[in-house]
Amino acid sequence: MAQPVGFFTDTSICIGCKACEVACKEWNRLPGNAPRFLDSYDNTGSLGAENWRHVQFHERVPDAASSAGNGQAWLMMSDVCKHCQQASCMEVCPTGAIIRTEFDTVFIQQDVCNGCRYCIAACPFGVIGFSERTNTVHKCTFCYDRLQAGMMPACAQACPTQSIKFGPLADLHKLADERLATLHAQGITNAQLYGRDSSVYGGLNAFFLLMDKPETYGLPNPQNATLPRRNNAGGYIGALVTAVLGGLGALVAFRNRGRKTDTPATGAEGQG
Amino acid sequence: MAEHFAASPNWTWYILGYFFLGGVTGGTYAVATALRLWGAPEDERIARIGYLIAFPVLLVCPILLTLDLGKPLRFWHMLVSATPDAGGLMFKTVSPMSVGSWALVIYGIFAFLSFVEAFLGVTNRTVRVPRPWVLAFNCVGAVLGLFVASYTGVLLSVSNQPIWSDSWTLGGLFLASGLTGSAALLAALAYHVRAVDTEGRLERADGLFAVLELAWIVFLIVEVGIAGALSRLFQGGYPALWALVAIGLIASLLGLSRTRLADVGARGGARLSYALGLAPAVVILAGVFALRAAIIFTAQV
Repeated sequence: MAQPVGFFTDTSICIGCKACEVACKEWNRLPGNAPRFLDSYDNTGSLGAENWRHVQFHERVPDAASSAGNGQAWLMMSDVCKHCQQASCMEVCPTGAIIRTEFDTVFIQQDVCNGCRYCIAACPFGVIGFSERTNTVHKCTFCYDRLQAGMMPACAQACPTQSIKFGPLADLHKLADERLATLHAQGITNAQLYGRDSSVYGGLNAFFLLMDKPETYGLPNPQNATLPRRNNAGGYIGALVTAVLGGLGALVAFRNRGRKTDTPATGAEGQG
Repeated sequence: MAEHFAASPNWTWYILGYFFLGGVTGGTYAVATALRLWGAPEDERIARIGYLIAFPVLLVCPILLTLDLGKPLRFWHMLVSATPDAGGLMFKTVSPMSVGSWALVIYGIFAFLSFVEAFLGVTNRTVRVPRPWVLAFNCVGAVLGLFVASYTGVLLSVSNQPIWSDSWTLGGLFLASGLTGSAALLAALAYHVRAVDTEGRLERADGLFAVLELAWIVFLIVEVGIAGALSRLFQGGYPALWALVAIGLIASLLGLSRTRLADVGARGGARLSYALGLAPAVVILAGVFALRAAIIFTAQV
């Protein structure tokens, strides 16, 4: 097995140029999309079937010019599939289309997927989208084809500020720890790593340095980062309890041989 | 408070139809089996009708599921692995969709054989299998039917969607709801063939199933409330659907005797009388459908 690779996306140096979005679409031959006119300069809007990198814009321009922004006024973040260690999409996929590759990335096999969309229901980040063009689901492939050719993913190659760093996961972890320490030493206490440790889905192979809490970026915090499988036990047990109680109810109802009266409180008359 | 940032899978009318019919097929099979196990000899007639209904209803289910797929011809990928160099059967215990696909297939076999057995019985041909074996077979089929009627709720909650994944009650809720609908359907048919005593027993069972359903709805509301998603559950025009659910529940809980309703309606003529007799089943089944619609759609808006 090749060593696990990852993305370390350092949002403190993202300039919002969207070269990553363009490079991803070019390499993967994804169609361009009509601009979405939201309440923002972000005209991509969200990740989806044909947007596998999405630069989020959070324009929080203060009303009055106060201190230097320190990277606080505009928050930009190149969103992508997190390639979780514990991938919600992979655990629910009923066809086995979603697999873990030799690079420790999460990949959707396009010739296996039948478009049931359970992965979309499961992904806590809203990463996966269904394509009307192919009638299957799509997300970032981590440029699997480029990795197999010994190249780096298109987005990391195109990023002009190296906000998107690519490499062996262990190296990226070291880099991220150093970068976080630097920012904290500069007094930027809002800076935090997301997905660096195992508190979110066992660790994210595509992890981030954020300039605010995760919810700001539409990312679940560790309390809300839950796997779909957590509801299996309760769900099936609830169904079992209902089946047993329902059976008892049927037994009580059917063994009553007397004529039905309008007073349900009377006990069963006649023999059971 | 739970916070969800998931996207919607866009499961709409095909899936809603399947959830409803899945509840009916599993429920009628289970109730028919319960009639055979614990009912009176004269209930056998309605039990057979139950098995005669369960199989055709089941047949529609995989059609609906397949039509909902992006690539319908690849439906078999749920059962057999299509990954190169990793062949064999596809079965994942943590994915209710995977488990349910197999449950449908196996339940289908039981539903079919029970259909044949009931058909032979109804056409007065002998079934050369000893009765205890038939009952044992029915019991296994009933367990599978109960699974089919409930796992769809578990499937919804094994996700990261708002409402669905905020609660673990949906499996039990869908099953209880399916049972009320099935009992009501069979009671209506008992009324139609004038099997008054069977009708009464089914109405009583319907009432008890409705108590279960009501309990699960209360649990659901509590859990969704804790997650902070109650306003989503009752948003927009959806309270109308919940009103249908409530009306259906009341109809089940009252255990209105269809025969008596028909007597009341007799003053208005035979047609009104008959319609009144069928009314409870229509109302109750509408509530079963509305429950699934409310839960499926409010989470995805």
